[in-house]
Amino acid sequence: MGRVVLVTGVARQLGGRFVRMVQREPGVDRVLGVDVVAPGHGLGNADFVQADIRQPAIGRVLAEYGVDTVIHLDVTGTPLGAGGRTAVKETNVIGTMQLLGACQKSPAVRRLVVKSTTSVYGSAPRDPAVFLETTSPKALPSGGFAKDAVEVEGYVRGFARRRPDVAVCVLRFANILGPGADSPLAEYFSLPVLPTVFGYDPRLQFVHEDDVLEVLRIAADEPRRGTLNSGTFNVAGDGVLTLSQCSRRLGRPTVPVPLPAVTWVGTALRTVGATDFSPEQIRLLTHGRVVSTAQMRETLGFEPAYTTAGAFAAFARSRGPGLLPPKRLAAAVDRLAAARPSADGGGRGAGQPG
Amino acid sequence: MADAKVIPFDDDRSRGGTRSGAQRPGRRRSGPAGGPRREDGGAAEVSPLPGRAVAPGAVPEQEHEPEAGDGPRGAGRREWDRRIAGGLAFLRRRITGEYEVDEFGYDEELTDQVLMALLRPVYDKYFRVEVKGVENIPAEGGALVVANHSGTLPLDGLMMQVAVHDHHPAGRHLRLLAADLVFVLPVVSELARKAGHTLACAEDAERLLRRGEVVGVMPEGFKGIGKPFGERYKLQRFGRGGFVSTALRARTPIVPCSIVGAEEIYPMIGNAKTLARLLGLPYVPITPTFPWLGPLGAVPLPTKWTIQFGEPIATDGYPPEAAEDPMLMFNLTDQVREQIQHTLYRLLVQRRSVFF
Repeated sequence: MGRVVLVTGVARQLGGRFVRMVQREPGVDRVLGVDVVAPGHGLGNADFVQADIRQPAIGRVLAEYGVDTVIHLDVTGTPLGAGGRTAVKETNVIGTMQLLGACQKSPAVRRLVVKSTTSVYGSAPRDPAVFLETTSPKALPSGGFAKDAVEVEGYVRGFARRRPDVAVCVLRFANILGPGADSPLAEYFSLPVLPTVFGYDPRLQFVHEDDVLEVLRIAADEPRRGTLNSGTFNVAGDGVLTLSQCSRRLGRPTVPVPLPAVTWVGTALRTVGATDFSPEQIRLLTHGRVVSTAQMRETLGFEPAYTTAGAFAAFARSRGPGLLPPKRLAAAVDRLAAARPSADGGGRGAGQPG
Repeated sequence: MADAKVIPFDDDRSRGGTRSGAQRPGRRRSGPAGGPRREDGGAAEVSPLPGRAVAPGAVPEQEHEPEAGDGPRGAGRREWDRRIAGGLAFLRRRITGEYEVDEFGYDEELTDQVLMALLRPVYDKYFRVEVKGVENIPAEGGALVVANHSGTLPLDGLMMQVAVHDHHPAGRHLRLLAADLVFVLPVVSELARKAGHTLACAEDAERLLRRGEVVGVMPEGFKGIGKPFGERYKLQRFGRGGFVSTALRARTPIVPCSIVGAEEIYPMIGNAKTLARLLGLPYVPITPTFPWLGPLGAVPLPTKWTIQFGEPIATDGYPPEAAEDPMLMFNLTDQVREQIQHTLYRLLVQRRSVFF
């Protein structure tokens, strides 16, 4: 008997891609996609179930199809279509509670994978430079998506305690970037001019969409020999980019804004609808965040195909050049170097010390 | 003479070798007063000009000497030319963002080419720092440099970083652990991360040590840097000795370091405590010049500095569970503290004057 996989949040790009991928896996009999709205993209041979995970109806879906693997991807920071922050928070927190309640009732469920975020660590100057899975943050996120994720993880821990027979895997993803990513940070990097916090150059880590799918696939399957895929894992590409490097590689100029004025600028941008400048995102863009991926490599046995810089380069290619394309700047410097008089001409360097 | 009261301590420990050996790097520095000379290092060459990038392994001067048949004029021009080319290559990398930072935000290229070049005049010309015993820092592998802290502003840490960077035979980089206040302040936090500093916490220190870096720590913290002038060169409590257990866990040697001269750069005669509390700072210094002369009062006094690195204290002889033994930790902390204090007194006795 093959496995029956239920995936939440399939109306989003990531959920849709994962559904199309997981149904080709050997041993998977049936894939169910759940979301409130019908996805705009195809789901292949998977069955789409239009259901709201905030309602108890999700329990009937689990029982009816005999679902044994639940992939909970409907933990996100951005609203899908209409609906504001309140709806997102409800889906994240109440939806997770309902889903976990349904899983607890269903004896068939064997495996649960939850998408979380590294923003559960918060972002503060008093934190260590690199977060491990076991690091407890100095300041818990006070609101927004990060707080949702902290609460979701709390409920998942409770569920894991009550159902020790279920393998529970929490994946804390760094900022997801890639050609199709719709994260708040991707929106931010699409602005023509990037507002930054004056006097801070945060360290950022990215993970490519393809790596996200691959690590979800590993987590959804039986663990391979010598690896363990239950527990909590940070998922991020190798290396670190600072925000100044990102803006230069994108070719988008930055406007440093002093910290007290940043919230005001953020509110203005949000009102215009340019991007979601939540307080937690401002904190990320002030102090940055870097996580250790040793557990991901050693325990989960996953090697990301893209480094942080590679994921960012893929994203930059998909967005087109900014106002100051790095290629043009580099060419300008090269022209300057070519125009410089050679060592044989001119007496400019004569008086200089050797 | 505003010298601290010097108590002649028993100098019986086997430091004779240290002293004679320590003179060497000091003499090495007394070459031409130009930029640093690092023919022996090779790994990370430093240029006296900001904005001159040098390919690794490129040896200046000597390489071009034979072909410069047209006298020093041609050689000079060629040299200058190469510098411009290097500067343009550096500029090209910077504006396109094609450089690397590590997970702590350390930007090695920027530190080597710009930040160190900015600090070097202060180091060479203003404080005329004399370095002794820099070879006590191992050429490879992790090490924890523990130093005294003084001077109201943490210039002593920066000077120690330049000292290791410019004078260590293996061209090692010192990674300083800084107070959390550093990472709260704008601009300062950005520069500190780029210069390779990180927060003084056990996690970061251990991570750096396990990566085989040389980590610099000043366990006195604000108690040391913000102490009144009357208590100069008296070591304060060494925190809770966390640095010892970190070094024990990472099994890296502890290198004690004594810095003389930093105490007198801002003689702190008072502390505006109310203002400090209002601003959220640990102290607001009042010096004979500071609030009275305005920004001019913030110029440090040009004292003559000596930085002495002592003999390393090995930690790999202890069993792994030693890091959990508070008694051993206190003993080692005291040993490190005593050694720094002894060296401070000895250097003070040897010092001719505060300014020369």
